[in-house]
Amino acid sequence: MISLNDLLVLLPELYLTAAACLVLLFDVFINDDQRDATHWVGIIVMLVAIFLVIHGQPPQTVTAFGGMFVRDHMAEILKVTVLIATILMFVMARPWLKDRKLFIGEFYSLSMFSVLGVMLLVSAGSLITLYLGLELFSLPAFALVALNRESKLSSEAAIKFFVLGALASGLLLFGMSLIYGATGTLDLHRIFASVGTTPHPHLLQFGLVFLVVGIGFEFGAVPFHMWLPDVYEGAPTPVAMYISAVPKLAAVGLAYRLLQVGLGPLAGDWHMMLAIMAALSLAVGNVVAIAQANFKRMLAYSTISHMGFVFLGLANPTPEGYASALFYAVCFALMETVAFGVILALARKGFECEMIDDLKGLNRRSPWFAGMMAIAMFSLAGIPPLWGFAAKVLVLKSAIDGGMLWLAIVAIIFSIVGLFYYLRVVKVMYFDAPDEAAEPLAAKTDPALRWLLSINGLGLIAMIGFSGVLYAWCQAAFGA
Amino acid sequence: MTTWPILSVLIWLPCLGAILVLLAGNARPRLARWLSLAFTVITFAISLWMLFQYHEGPGGFQMQEKLRWIPGINTSYHLGVDGIAVALIVLTAFVSILVVAGAWEVIKDRVHQYMAAMLVLDGLLIGVFCAMDALLFYLFFEAILIPMFFLIGAWGGPRRVYATLKFFIYTFFGSIFYLIGLLYMYHRAGTFDLPTLWNFPFTMQEQSWLFFSFLIAFAVKTPMVPVHTWLPDAHVEAPTGGSVILAAIMLKVGTYGFIRFSLPILPDASQHFAWLIIVLSLIAIIYIGYVALVQPDMKKLVAYSSIAHMGFVTLGMFIVYMLARQLHDIQMAQLGVQGAVVQMISHGFVSGALFTCIGVMYDRLHTREISAYGGLAKVMPWFAAFWVLFAMANTGLPGTSGFVGEFMVILSSFTANPWIALFAAYSLIIGAGYTLWLIKRIVWGTAPTQKAASMPEINTREGLVLGAFAVAVLAMGVWPWPLMHLMDSSVAQLVTHLMTSKV
Repeated sequence: MISLNDLLVLLPELYLTAAACLVLLFDVFINDDQRDATHWVGIIVMLVAIFLVIHGQPPQTVTAFGGMFVRDHMAEILKVTVLIATILMFVMARPWLKDRKLFIGEFYSLSMFSVLGVMLLVSAGSLITLYLGLELFSLPAFALVALNRESKLSSEAAIKFFVLGALASGLLLFGMSLIYGATGTLDLHRIFASVGTTPHPHLLQFGLVFLVVGIGFEFGAVPFHMWLPDVYEGAPTPVAMYISAVPKLAAVGLAYRLLQVGLGPLAGDWHMMLAIMAALSLAVGNVVAIAQANFKRMLAYSTISHMGFVFLGLANPTPEGYASALFYAVCFALMETVAFGVILALARKGFECEMIDDLKGLNRRSPWFAGMMAIAMFSLAGIPPLWGFAAKVLVLKSAIDGGMLWLAIVAIIFSIVGLFYYLRVVKVMYFDAPDEAAEPLAAKTDPALRWLLSINGLGLIAMIGFSGVLYAWCQAAFGA
Repeated sequence: MTTWPILSVLIWLPCLGAILVLLAGNARPRLARWLSLAFTVITFAISLWMLFQYHEGPGGFQMQEKLRWIPGINTSYHLGVDGIAVALIVLTAFVSILVVAGAWEVIKDRVHQYMAAMLVLDGLLIGVFCAMDALLFYLFFEAILIPMFFLIGAWGGPRRVYATLKFFIYTFFGSIFYLIGLLYMYHRAGTFDLPTLWNFPFTMQEQSWLFFSFLIAFAVKTPMVPVHTWLPDAHVEAPTGGSVILAAIMLKVGTYGFIRFSLPILPDASQHFAWLIIVLSLIAIIYIGYVALVQPDMKKLVAYSSIAHMGFVTLGMFIVYMLARQLHDIQMAQLGVQGAVVQMISHGFVSGALFTCIGVMYDRLHTREISAYGGLAKVMPWFAAFWVLFAMANTGLPGTSGFVGEFMVILSSFTANPWIALFAAYSLIIGAGYTLWLIKRIVWGTAPTQKAASMPEINTREGLVLGAFAVAVLAMGVWPWPLMHLMDSSVAQLVTHLMTSKV
């Protein structure tokens, strides 16, 4: 029986569903040159969604629809971050889309549906909701990657993303069915309760392996990382920004719900799997990134290595471990938006600014954007006093507390390797002279983009001071 | 008692200045220069104010500030200074003024960014010396890499990119193991607060591991043999101001780390491995002295001589264990530590002055080859006088600051073991060798080229900068008592602390 209370718990999601449909409809009735209206409506819709998420947040965890949907503080933090990242994408994407005649309403409604999927996913209380959210997130994302129909690279990336994503969700579904077979329930809490009593423990472990593979795909952790670089490279830059930030946040929610809420008693089995994936991701991501000449591909491999850091936190199955992983994912998403934002600000019609060499001498052409990019790079490298440093300290600390000193040492050794390619970007911007033939920077950038990017970039410095507050929220989200 | 957060002001005022200087923009270099000069002078004035606020008598950590930072991991914004830190902070603020003045017309390209990097360095280095929280210390310790990276990479010599990447990655490599060490300490002690860690009973095995994780970081930064190879490259390629800051202040950060971390937190491991540090220090003093002798490049020569002088600092710090714990000669032990700190300060002045001198010459002939110069005494007599003075200080002539620290360290090591003193004192010969030979080649004789013979005499600005260095070097050499008195009780407290075993 659906009660009004259930609907109220679900209010942000219900609102976003309606709003996305309305935006779709609204867009049909306006001309191409009025599209800015859709843009602003889209941003307002997202801002209202943030308000609804925060304002309606009950102090305690509440569930709706018989436990299918959970509204807790972890979901709140993830949802707010995802919505913020999406707003950043909307603002930063507009000039880019306009230049390429891709400024279409579908971009906004597809993004909204995708975000809705993430919101469902991170609030899932049962395997069904979880899977539903995952698919709702992925399908619009596939379409977004293929937004530029003219581009072969884009279509190729979309197909790759789709095929591998379908494979991943197939594996995940298969794992879920095995879990269901072993425990006889889809509800995550009941799965948790029946892990100890199941007559088929091996079936359960077998299912667990598939779930971990599915999670690995979602994160893009080695050895399930193959899709990531191609998708980053092929996707339109704003969409690559979305793919780099939002699914990682979703994946933290996915991992927590499945592995801790559902299969927490099997932590002894899965924490080692995550640790191994973490070590592999750190090694492969950092080493391969050095060889990249394409900036987006480099960021893709850097993302892989950062997912290794997130796993460092997840591999310590305690509230502190999850809190540090959540902190890391939030921080990572907002660092990526800066890195991609600068690329978007510099790109012009017929010039993507995708290669690292395109940034040559940027300091002389545009010191402000060079500064923002330098902040993003140092932050990604985890150099204090930038936000990425706090995130790195927290995950390393939780790995050491979890008794995995070896993993922490692997992580830092590869972060030394990783330092090189971040520094190379800074070097190219500051120490190299600009090419004679370099594309001149247009006199003005979209002011909204410039302002938001600046706030985002300076935030990476300011957040080191507020790390304590954010970490306290993350800890509270997991009841630490 | 002061009621305002004097240490925070010291750290963040130069950083604020950096923002203003950046806002001045590339188009207004004059404004950028005057702003930076104003900010460094004000910072120095405040640091003097702090010096007078500090009470030598009771020692301990004064002017403490504590704010919550990340309560979840028990780390806080905790600042405080003892006598050693006060001396180093005043040194930092003093040298920063001279660096800004030294770069006045020399830096023509992107003045605002250069000055901003210098100001940020000023603030962050003061932060290193104030930090009383291990994670906060690490934050400043690492953060100084960023402005230095830009300074070397953007305004350096022909191989600047190689040098700056090597510098950054090398030092990052060292400090990242130190971070793991810190996190392990947190894992055991549950806090990053230094006073708690100083008294936390780590077992011998833990201490040994931690000792080496710290040693990598501090040895790279100091630098000690064999991880010193980044320093000559960084020095040669860095702009003059970068070299001065690097030699005068940044090297002290490593040895300061020993004082704050290795000695008090890990007294037993430090005692156990003191022989290793002593041997490495002696190798630095003797072997690196010989390496300095054969350098054809002036900057390289002074860079290697810096490594040799830092050998004295580490020697003075670790000889303490022999004196205090084995011979129970507390007074000598204190003398050793004090000598090490005096040597740190003195080397800050002397090496800063020498690099400034080299910068002055480089601005005129654009080469650092020793063979390109000669007969400075005739060409630039004033300048030659400064050169000779600083060279004498570098060899440790009595009456200059260089003598005080070296003498104290040699004296205390003689009490510990005459052989160690013998090897350490060897540096007086070899140091005199490379420095005097350098002087002979560039100051005396005749100019090798017409250009070298017609170099203009130093101008007022350069004269003022070098004069300030000269006053500091002589004052410290003739009357070192105020400095010793300043840190007497802090050193005594340190030595008493590290006499007690934790295991």
